[in-house]
Amino acid sequence: MKTTKEISLGDIAARSEELRGENMTLNMGPSHPATHGVLRLSLELDGDKVIKCDPVIGYLHRGDEKIAENMTYNQFVPYTDRLDYLAPLANNVAYAIAVERLAGLKMPERCEAIRVACCEMARISSHLLGIGVYAMDTGAWTVFMYTFNEREKLYTLFEELTGARFTTSYTRIGGLTRDLPEGWLQRVETFCDGVLKTIDEVDRLLTRNGIFLERTEGIAPISKELALSYGLTGPNLRASGIPFDLRKDKPYSGYEKYEFDIPVGTKGDCFDRYLVRMEEIRQSVRILRQVIKTMPGGAWYAEDAKKIFLPPKAKIMTKMEELIQNFMLVTEGPQIPAGEVYFEAENPKGSLGFYIVSNGGGVPYRLRIRGPSFVSLSILPAIVPGNFLTDVASILGSLDFVMGECDR
Amino acid sequence: MDAAALTQKFSRTQSLKSIDMPTFTVANDELAEVVRYLRDNQGFDLLADLCGVDWPNRSPRFGVVLHLLSTTNKEYVRLHAACDNDAVPSVTSIHPGANWHEREAYDMFGITFTGHPDPRRILMWESYPYHPLRKEFPLAGIEVPLPAADVAEVTGQKVEAAPMMGGPFVSHGGHMSGAEPQALDQSWNEEKPKA
Repeated sequence: MKTTKEISLGDIAARSEELRGENMTLNMGPSHPATHGVLRLSLELDGDKVIKCDPVIGYLHRGDEKIAENMTYNQFVPYTDRLDYLAPLANNVAYAIAVERLAGLKMPERCEAIRVACCEMARISSHLLGIGVYAMDTGAWTVFMYTFNEREKLYTLFEELTGARFTTSYTRIGGLTRDLPEGWLQRVETFCDGVLKTIDEVDRLLTRNGIFLERTEGIAPISKELALSYGLTGPNLRASGIPFDLRKDKPYSGYEKYEFDIPVGTKGDCFDRYLVRMEEIRQSVRILRQVIKTMPGGAWYAEDAKKIFLPPKAKIMTKMEELIQNFMLVTEGPQIPAGEVYFEAENPKGSLGFYIVSNGGGVPYRLRIRGPSFVSLSILPAIVPGNFLTDVASILGSLDFVMGECDR
Repeated sequence: MDAAALTQKFSRTQSLKSIDMPTFTVANDELAEVVRYLRDNQGFDLLADLCGVDWPNRSPRFGVVLHLLSTTNKEYVRLHAACDNDAVPSVTSIHPGANWHEREAYDMFGITFTGHPDPRRILMWESYPYHPLRKEFPLAGIEVPLPAADVAEVTGQKVEAAPMMGGPFVSHGGHMSGAEPQALDQSWNEEKPKA
């Protein structure tokens, strides 16, 4: 009597469909530490392998574009802080330049240099967070503490400069809120020395770390063609091997005066994206040092900014013209000529674009915000399938996105 | 940017004056071909941005604005296309990155992109009945029931949105204390009383 049933290989092949089982749909997020905010990924899994990825966004949608259509140009500055809230200074600058181009304002050199310093410090701050959190996503906790230590110093500098640590609202259309505080540039110089040491430390901790390499090297490579076709910008585009940087290729705010290199990746995998960010911090320090060395004197706001800035308080109380000017600016906003403008700035996450349509008057008719994080996330359905579930966290971290900017 | 070659090849394309970059109005049905031509022949390989604009007094009402970037020649070009019957050809097959931008323009304005592979809402939820960036949509928003069939199934209760008050823009006239700063609630006025 035969007790066991013999199973031949032919049987298994015939039953393979049946043995394969069902695919599972897994929701990652909206509250998941690896999604860095309120992003939901609807993943279809075959065992451990992702076969379909559908990002669901909009949990942080506040209607910034609608709000912008209902307030004056000056009033919208604080809202730009809340786009990429890890680099508010850079957002402020991008918005200010967009409106200034529409208004035809030219900034004095000192204002431009201060703005460059702001942008580069914002870049360092954002990349330090990106790298620290990315290391944590891939299993290395220590790096996070190192980089956040440096960010704390940056926040102290931001506070001195703007009065706020997080939501800076530092630029004004036509200039800045105030000039540099005394001795601030020296303290930035001291910070530059410190951050380079930390970056070298992070380099030693991560770049040759076996676990980190296994979690990042060769994961989700993005080819040049794919990166371009999806409109990736910033470090994510450069990691794919395209040396495009708006600071070099479309210089604004006097970037053409400074010497710096554009780091470029070769394979476009998660590891390359990490390396590009690391090198960008060093290059930002290089720019900062040149800014400190060559900081020009003079005015920190445009001569024409009087029609945008509020007049000094003492004059409002005593002079008729200034009182009227103050009243008009508060109730109607600065008078910006009719027209349209599109300006993109090289922000830490990629190109932050503002498309402004003006019919004249103090309120934009349409203000479109092109968030680089929105674009970076749109590539997920193309690169996530085929990877293991554990790699999804690694891929998300390497794209370095912020939901505040994605959902707007 | 070879503007003459573009206007010669597509005779209905017109150049517009602009302060920052070459700008063209493109015929609605030619939009996809123009974008493909610019990508293949003039090096505009990156779609920087695509968005809708609402012009309630114009006919056709909606417009679509594209910003293309050439990473080799380092230049931008802007294309305007009007939406006949609120529709415009999709460029997702040429620049896959347009997918989400087009979904957003549909979500916010109700513009249809013909040939789009995945025409869903993106920022608002699927059953949301309005297109919030249209000019007639009030800043204060309009309350709608939230889709929560699973909750209703278990509890037998309808999920209602939290009252929209307390923020700088959203307020219910009369409900909030007079001391708080109030913005005008635009969903009702003298002619159209509050529902």
